[in-house]
Amino acid sequence: MRNIFLFIRRYRLFFTFLLLQVVSLWFLFNYNRFHRAKFLGIANEMTGRINSQYNKVEDFFALREENRRVHQMNDSLLNLLPKNFIRRDTSVQVIQDSVVYDTSGLYRRYYSRPAMVVYNTINDQKNYIQINRGANQGIKDNMAVVSSDGSVVGVVVSVSANFSQVMSLLHVQNSVSATLKKTGEFGTAEWDGKDPRYLTLKRIPKTVEVKNGDTVLTSSVSYNFPPGYFVGTIAGIKLDNTTGMYLLKVKTAANFYSLQQVFVIENMERSEQIKLFEETKKKIEQIKKGNR
Amino acid sequence: MNDFLRNIIRLAAFILIQVYVLNKIPHLHRFITPYLYYLFLLWLPFSISRMWLLIIGFLTGLILDYFMMTPGLHAAACLLIAYVRPFVINVLTPKDSSELNFREPSPSAMQWAPYAVYVLVLTLLHHGYMVFLEVLDFGSFLDFLIKVVTTTGISMLLILTVELLFPRNLKFRTNKA
Repeated sequence: MRNIFLFIRRYRLFFTFLLLQVVSLWFLFNYNRFHRAKFLGIANEMTGRINSQYNKVEDFFALREENRRVHQMNDSLLNLLPKNFIRRDTSVQVIQDSVVYDTSGLYRRYYSRPAMVVYNTINDQKNYIQINRGANQGIKDNMAVVSSDGSVVGVVVSVSANFSQVMSLLHVQNSVSATLKKTGEFGTAEWDGKDPRYLTLKRIPKTVEVKNGDTVLTSSVSYNFPPGYFVGTIAGIKLDNTTGMYLLKVKTAANFYSLQQVFVIENMERSEQIKLFEETKKKIEQIKKGNR
Repeated sequence: MNDFLRNIIRLAAFILIQVYVLNKIPHLHRFITPYLYYLFLLWLPFSISRMWLLIIGFLTGLILDYFMMTPGLHAAACLLIAYVRPFVINVLTPKDSSELNFREPSPSAMQWAPYAVYVLVLTLLHHGYMVFLEVLDFGSFLDFLIKVVTTTGISMLLILTVELLFPRNLKFRTNKA
């Protein structure tokens, strides 16, 4: 007996080695069945903490790609929104025009395309945004541009082969037809060229009850913008005594400081609408002449 | 800085580099995983007791295993090199001179050639044993050989680069102490 102990004592290093070796091999070969459940719990908690710290940093580098994926997903969903479609009154319709026809009996009125902002200013009086889609991708003048959360950004004003120039809301010549969500009155949102965070909403009559924080949306009487896109919230109310209209300060919904991904929305019936408008004007002129 | 604290920091650094840099970079080939972490064991002081060496080796491997979700694999390999290390050092160094003058194995303590042999032998053992355990489930003998040779080559390259880039302080032990 004594000799056995002496033997073990003498070779205790080797025995420790063997013992630990057996333990690690046991870990290795029982991993799937047994180990995962019992020992890995605590260790997993530890390594998981460290891993998640690391991931915070690593994710940062993948943000751009992730952002692009989300934006594409948004695009596909945005095109499915019911407000893109109108129901034609088929009982009086005679001509089948080229507007895309949906099998559910709905005509597509608005079509959106994703784009990325490649250049953007906010400090000028006339701010333009450049996006990386152009005539080759089907962008035309006067298309509406909204940011990835659906807030209004501007209108396309000139198009090259692969890029287009967008007149931002922060442009002194810009005016967007806007409506109060609560009561539905139309007005015009303009920019005074001073603070890039605020627009001015004009031509709302003073009979309307307006409160700070009310939502301002794009109106349904715009040729460019689809109805119901977010322009901003009211941040200040002033009454213009000479006209009897409000001068409402509107905080823009889009953050122009950090625009990255945008949608370009096409009104597919715009040319028809404009044509009708022009013809009407011409007719009125002729009537005037005839009267004289 | 005392030995204990320094080695704790080294362990953390080696494990983090292994897990978050070397295992994350795109591999050159499916056979080649660059391994560096076991350099921690090669750098442990001469004076450490063999029992502690075994325990530290086992724990080092186990920590890495928990990060890589392969419990036991690296632990077994590290345990092997921790067990063999004193024998290799005994063979490669003239007993009296270096062990008294230097704290830990380094090119300057052992001369470049013996140090390279020391690293090569332990690297081969580590990779050989680890790949052997990995291959037990699947893979052919040729795969095994190629994998051992290529990973050993890459690891040697890494270790020699580290030695050249970060020469450690010589730490002569004075007679007074």
